[in-house]
Amino acid sequence: MRRIIGVLVENKFGVLAHVSGLFSARGFNITSLAVGETEDPTVSRMTIVVEGDERTLEQIKKQLNKLIDVIRIHDLTERNFIDRELVIVKVKVTSKNRQEVIKAIETVGAKVAHIGVEAVTIESAGDRNNIDTLLELLKPFGIKEVVRTGRIAIAVEDNK
Amino acid sequence: MSKMTGAEILIEMLKREKVEIIFGYPGGSLLPIFDKLYDADLKFVLTRHEQGAAHAADGYARASGKPGVCMATSGPGATNLVTGIATAYMDSVPMIAITGQVKTFLIGNDAFQEADVTGITRPITKHNYLVKDVRDLARVIKEAFHIATTGRPGPVVIDIPVDVQIHQTEFHYPKDAVIRGYNPTYMGHIGQIKRAAKAINTSKRPIIYAGGGIILSGAHKELYEFSTKTYIPVTTTLLGLGGFPETHKLSLGMLGMHGTVYANHAIMDSDLIIAIGSRFDDRVTGKIDEFAPHAKVIHIDIDPSSVSKNIKVDIPIVGDAKKILNELNKHVKKVDIQEWLDKIDTWKDKNPLRFQEDDKLRPQYVIREIYKATKGDAIITTEVGQNQMWAAQYYTYTKPRTFLSSGGLGTMGYGFPAAIGAQFAHPDKVVFDIAGDGSIQMNIQELATSVSNKLPVKIAIMNNGCLGMVRQWQELFYEKRYSYTRLQGCPDFVKLAESYGAVGIRVTKKSEVRSAIERALSIKNTVIMDFRVEKEENVFPMVPAGQAINRMIGGMA
Repeated sequence: MRRIIGVLVENKFGVLAHVSGLFSARGFNITSLAVGETEDPTVSRMTIVVEGDERTLEQIKKQLNKLIDVIRIHDLTERNFIDRELVIVKVKVTSKNRQEVIKAIETVGAKVAHIGVEAVTIESAGDRNNIDTLLELLKPFGIKEVVRTGRIAIAVEDNK
Repeated sequence: MSKMTGAEILIEMLKREKVEIIFGYPGGSLLPIFDKLYDADLKFVLTRHEQGAAHAADGYARASGKPGVCMATSGPGATNLVTGIATAYMDSVPMIAITGQVKTFLIGNDAFQEADVTGITRPITKHNYLVKDVRDLARVIKEAFHIATTGRPGPVVIDIPVDVQIHQTEFHYPKDAVIRGYNPTYMGHIGQIKRAAKAINTSKRPIIYAGGGIILSGAHKELYEFSTKTYIPVTTTLLGLGGFPETHKLSLGMLGMHGTVYANHAIMDSDLIIAIGSRFDDRVTGKIDEFAPHAKVIHIDIDPSSVSKNIKVDIPIVGDAKKILNELNKHVKKVDIQEWLDKIDTWKDKNPLRFQEDDKLRPQYVIREIYKATKGDAIITTEVGQNQMWAAQYYTYTKPRTFLSSGGLGTMGYGFPAAIGAQFAHPDKVVFDIAGDGSIQMNIQELATSVSNKLPVKIAIMNNGCLGMVRQWQELFYEKRYSYTRLQGCPDFVKLAESYGAVGIRVTKKSEVRSAIERALSIKNTVIMDFRVEKEENVFPMVPAGQAINRMIGGMA
C-alpha cells in the first residue's frame, strides 16, 4: 500500500538526516521525499511517499513522531488532498518527428522547456496520473532522461 | 552582564542541572573544558577508556535515577563512547554524553581526530546536537537534560567544537526547555484505563508482565498495590527485576528465553496480559505467532511506538506507568481466579529453578551464596552471557535499581564500569559485578579507576575458561563444535588484581565459597573473586531461539 505523509519539521541542519536515517535504520522504504520551507520560515514540510503494510505505516508514523525535530505529522492518505509532482523529460527527436512530439505533449498539457537539435526537453506538473500518461506517451519517441521532484501534497476541504 | 566562555557555560549549566559527577577522559578537543573542570566544584572521574566512562555514567544513572554524564574528546574518544551510548539507548537510560569536536571551520575537513559524531550516534541516541554557535549552548544543554530525563528516557549527545568552548557570550539561564515537537504523554486516557479495569476485573487467567518501565517511572509501589489488590501474579523482564519483590508469593520471577518454567507457562496460558513498561522483545515472546494465543493484551507504555510494534494490543494506554497504575488501582478489585493461581502453584512446585547440588563448584551456587551473604541488599551488575542469566535467576531481587544489566544491547564489558558508577551513586552499598572470564576482560582496565577512587566494588568472575553462552549454543545446536569459544591465555586474575592494587581471591572449592564472600565483603577495597566453576555448566531452562516460550529445554519436571 502506498501512502502520502506530510511531516512538519524544524527548519534546521541535520533534520533531513534524522528523518532519512530513521527510514534506513528501520528498513522502511521511501518512494519519494520532497522537502521545502513553509509559510513559517522556521518550519519545513516534508512530503514522504512510502510503501508498506498497515503495521509498517503505523510504525513509520509513530517513529517519526518520536523524533524531537518532528513537529507534526499528517497522514494525507486518510484525508482529501491534492498532490503534484514536477517532471522534466528529455526526449530524442529528429528533424522529422520534432513537431509530432511537440504536438503530442501539448495535448496532455505539458510544456516545452527547451528545444535542441537532437532533443526536446519537456516539463509537466500534475498528479501521478498526469505524469504517468505523459511518460507513456513519450516512451515510443525514446526517453533520454527523466527528472522528477517527488510528490508534494496538501490537505484540502472535503467537497460536499 | 559579564561574558562567559562556552566551557564556563557548560560547567555552569551542569551545576544548574544538579550534576554531581562526570565520568570521562580528556583530549585535545576538550582542553578548554578540562581547564575549567580543574577548579570547578564538580566531581570528575577519570576512567581508563571512554567506553568505561559511558558505562559508568549508565550504571550511575540506573542506580540513582539521575541522569549520568560522560565526556570524551573528538574522534576516537567519541567513537569509544558509542557502545556505551547504544547500551543506554536500548535500555532507556537517561544519559548526557558530551564530546569535543574539531574547530567549526575544520568540520568536514577530515581534520586530526575528527569524526562525524552526530552522524554516528544518530540511530543510537534519543537526540543529538552539534553546537556551532556559543549562543546556542545554554539552551541546547537545557534541552538535552530535558529530553534525556523525560518521556521514555535515553541518551543525548552534545558535540561541542573547541572554538565554541572558547568563544564568549552573555549567559542567560534558560528556565525551561521549549521544544514544540516534543511533548510526552504522562496521564493515561481515562476511558482506556476504565476499559482496562473492566477487562482485568472479568479476567480468568490474568498475568502482569512488568518491564524496565516500572523502574524508570518509579512505579514499584503502585505495581505492588496493583498486584496485591487484584491478586494477579507478576512476571518481570530482565530489566524489570527488582520492580516487584521476588520473595512475594505472587512473583513468578523472570520470563522469556531463560525465564522460569512457570512464568512462561503462565503467560502462554493466560487470557489477559497486562504489560507495563515492557516491549514484547523477542527474548520474551519467543516465536511471535504462537505467543499467548488466548490472551487479550493491555499495554501500558510511555512510548507510543512500543505499542503494537511486535504484537497486536487490544487496550493500549500511553503514559507514565506510575500515574496510570495509580489511577487503575482505583478501578480494580480482587479478581476471582483461585483456580488459575492453583494451576500456577502446581507449575511452580513441579518446576522450580534448580541446578545440580552436588559437591562441585557451580556458578548458580556461588550467586545464591552472594545473595545470602549480602541479605539481598546488594546492587548487582552483570556482564553478558551465562553470568548475566545466572545472576538474574539465582539472586533474588526485591528492590528497584538493584539489578543493572545490559538487556537490550547485550554488551559484554558493561558490568564492571557500571558497578563503578553505581558505587559512586551509593557509596555505602555493596556493589557486586557478576562477571565471566570473557566479559571481564573487555573493560578490565577500569580496575585502575576503581582502585584509585578507593571503591569497594566486588567482582565475582564465574571463571569457566570459555565464552560460556556461545559455547552452550554450540553444544546444543552446533554439534559441540566449539569454534573459538575456549578462552586461552587468560591472566591469573588474583595476580592481576594485585598488580592494580586490588585484592584477588581465588575459590576452587564449593566449601570455600561462603567464607571467601564474607572475606571479600570485609575488605574496603576493590576485590576480584576468581571462582573456578564447572566448565560445561549450562543456563537452564532455555527456550531455543525462534521457538514458542513454553517449549523449554532443561529445568522441566
